[in-house]
Amino acid sequence: MADVSLKAVTKRFGKLAAVNEVSLEIKNGEFVVLLGPTGAGKTTTLRLIAGLEKLDGGSVMISGHDVSSAPIADRDVAFVFQQYSLYPHYTVYDNLAFPLRSPLRREAEDVIRKKVNDIAKMLRIDSKLANKSTKLSGGEMQRVAIGRALVRSPNIFLMDEPLSSLDAKLREELRVELKRIQIDRGATILYVTHDQIEAMTLADKIGVLENGRLVQLGTPKEVYTKPNSVYVAQRLGSPPMNLLPVGLLNQHFPSSTKQVGVRPENIRLGHDGKTARVVQLEPLGSETVVVLEVEGQRVEALSDIGTRWRVGQETKVSVLPQNSLYFDERGQRLEAA
Amino acid sequence: MAQIRLENLNKRFSDFVAVRNTNMQINDGEFFVLLGPSGCGKTTTLRMIAGLELPSDGKILLEGDDVTFLRAAQRDIAFVFQLFALYPHMNVRQNLSFPLENQGMKRSEIDAHIADVAKLLRIEHLLKNKISSLAGGDRQRVALGRAIIRRPKAFLMDEPLGTLDSEFRELMCSELRALHDRIKATTVYVTHDQLEAMAMADKIAVMSKGEVLQVASPTEIYRRPATRFVANFIGSPAMNFLPSQRGVRAGANKVMVHDAEIPVPVIQEESKNDLTLGVRPEDVVVSSEGALRGEVFGVEYMGSRQLITVDTQAGRLKVKAPNDVQASIGDNVGLTFRTEHLILFDNATDRALKSEWMSDVREAAVAHG
Repeated sequence: MADVSLKAVTKRFGKLAAVNEVSLEIKNGEFVVLLGPTGAGKTTTLRLIAGLEKLDGGSVMISGHDVSSAPIADRDVAFVFQQYSLYPHYTVYDNLAFPLRSPLRREAEDVIRKKVNDIAKMLRIDSKLANKSTKLSGGEMQRVAIGRALVRSPNIFLMDEPLSSLDAKLREELRVELKRIQIDRGATILYVTHDQIEAMTLADKIGVLENGRLVQLGTPKEVYTKPNSVYVAQRLGSPPMNLLPVGLLNQHFPSSTKQVGVRPENIRLGHDGKTARVVQLEPLGSETVVVLEVEGQRVEALSDIGTRWRVGQETKVSVLPQNSLYFDERGQRLEAA
Repeated sequence: MAQIRLENLNKRFSDFVAVRNTNMQINDGEFFVLLGPSGCGKTTTLRMIAGLELPSDGKILLEGDDVTFLRAAQRDIAFVFQLFALYPHMNVRQNLSFPLENQGMKRSEIDAHIADVAKLLRIEHLLKNKISSLAGGDRQRVALGRAIIRRPKAFLMDEPLGTLDSEFRELMCSELRALHDRIKATTVYVTHDQLEAMAMADKIAVMSKGEVLQVASPTEIYRRPATRFVANFIGSPAMNFLPSQRGVRAGANKVMVHDAEIPVPVIQEESKNDLTLGVRPEDVVVSSEGALRGEVFGVEYMGSRQLITVDTQAGRLKVKAPNDVQASIGDNVGLTFRTEHLILFDNATDRALKSEWMSDVREAAVAHG
């Protein structure tokens, strides 16, 4: 494992700057997640680090060495793709052993066996080692694909939405396992996703990308509670943050405020404040999204399942000052006075 | 608008029973979701309601009239496949008028319909715009408009949001539900996505292997699932299932999980089979106490909440906890449960045992109104 750093990394496709002067430090043992919608430059950034794309500007350093023009093999990175790419005619064991049997490595078979068994146990596929990879379920296949990357000890793991092709339950299960393996092995991972739950739950640090630019880098809590901009605020949180007109729920705000952001869980219901009418209810299971209308403005609040609501019912809404975010006309967050 | 009734509906494809003895009533104006994994018979049921598939036996009643053997075109029901299919080279108005022109409707009538729908969906200012110039949300609204412009008696929708990415799907769930609240057309909606079902339905029918396991409001299904299958299918993160004791008496108010005694709502029926205790992640509390102990495997920050994974002698559990609960990987913790919400499942029948909680119907479910 190693430190990896990007310095003003840029990649253009024709006129479009897919990655635009991105600078980022990934420390040894750190789990960094790049979050952004399709086209934000996430995957291109990964491919630049791996050497699958050539830089148009800036540099990539691994362990202090400039590898910007080094061939793929010399960078010693492991890539996990969205679609598991296994050798169908091989057993699980042989799929896992494959990277270790590379002619460049020539590891002894007993060393390989130990490594493969360790990884298989960790990913709970040890009972499937003799199976052909085509005989596995989707979740097992993706475990093998991740295992095949983990069996080596590369400088960094680059993962491109590795869980997105799995169903929701498997994704939840693998997510917590992947995080645990990363912690236990001290692995350095750069992980790309458009799924905000994955970003928040996996990351030590989240980097939010907007049109090729890195617009915020911080711990999940920092990015969630102190987003730099409306754009960042809307990337995290489900249901999304409410963007409200100035003065709707707040009395005090910085003078250049154009919009106020309040997360649904921070909308207080029934205490005091403005009169609101319930217009829609969306049960999520343990919680219910209560959609309200306040002076013609739509406001979403989260309520626990114990409280009963009716469409048409009136209630009061308010928000505590410490739970409000203030944004200027460019959508940048202002510090509260 | 219409009420739809299915009576003892069966559909066999040679030896395979796709739909078995299905009875349900979809009330006028209801948003009714058929939910289940692929192959459960939900789409076949929908296709029989549409008249695209004939039942092997049983009856389908539309507003009390037997339509079992009427052809699709005679039923005045709109079948919506994928919402996003628009003609990119036409403008919004042309996209909306297309289905009506096909019906041979008069120009003046078409214009009136378009004006209504455009107003309803707040796309009046976009009528002259090319589809390709629209933002994603507006585009979906136009697609919705094209589905509703024919004003059928009922809408049948088969995974209409299946191909959208998650951000749009959430938005469209909200739009669809809001639209339904305005026009109140009976809607039967098929999906395998429990979140979609929960967010939109007045009532959900959960299906598995051709059978309807439960029909109830989203909240009722979430809180009082009739079977373990239903309990597992609804909710994310999923309900925790802990192996419990064999057999229980009526009147019991505690069960064993591994070597811990867990208080449960008073059980109202006897079972002699192996039992499983079902606990929702938000009904587990991490504390220093608790008869069931375990080691924290993972802690996941989720913004408004955190998700703590704990390995115990009875298996791995997920706990949904407020952010102020302190837990770190490797911590030895105790777990307690919110007794009133616990459910005992009978392993042999998959059914939830009757209990004080399961038969408590005082609480009106959250309805969409």
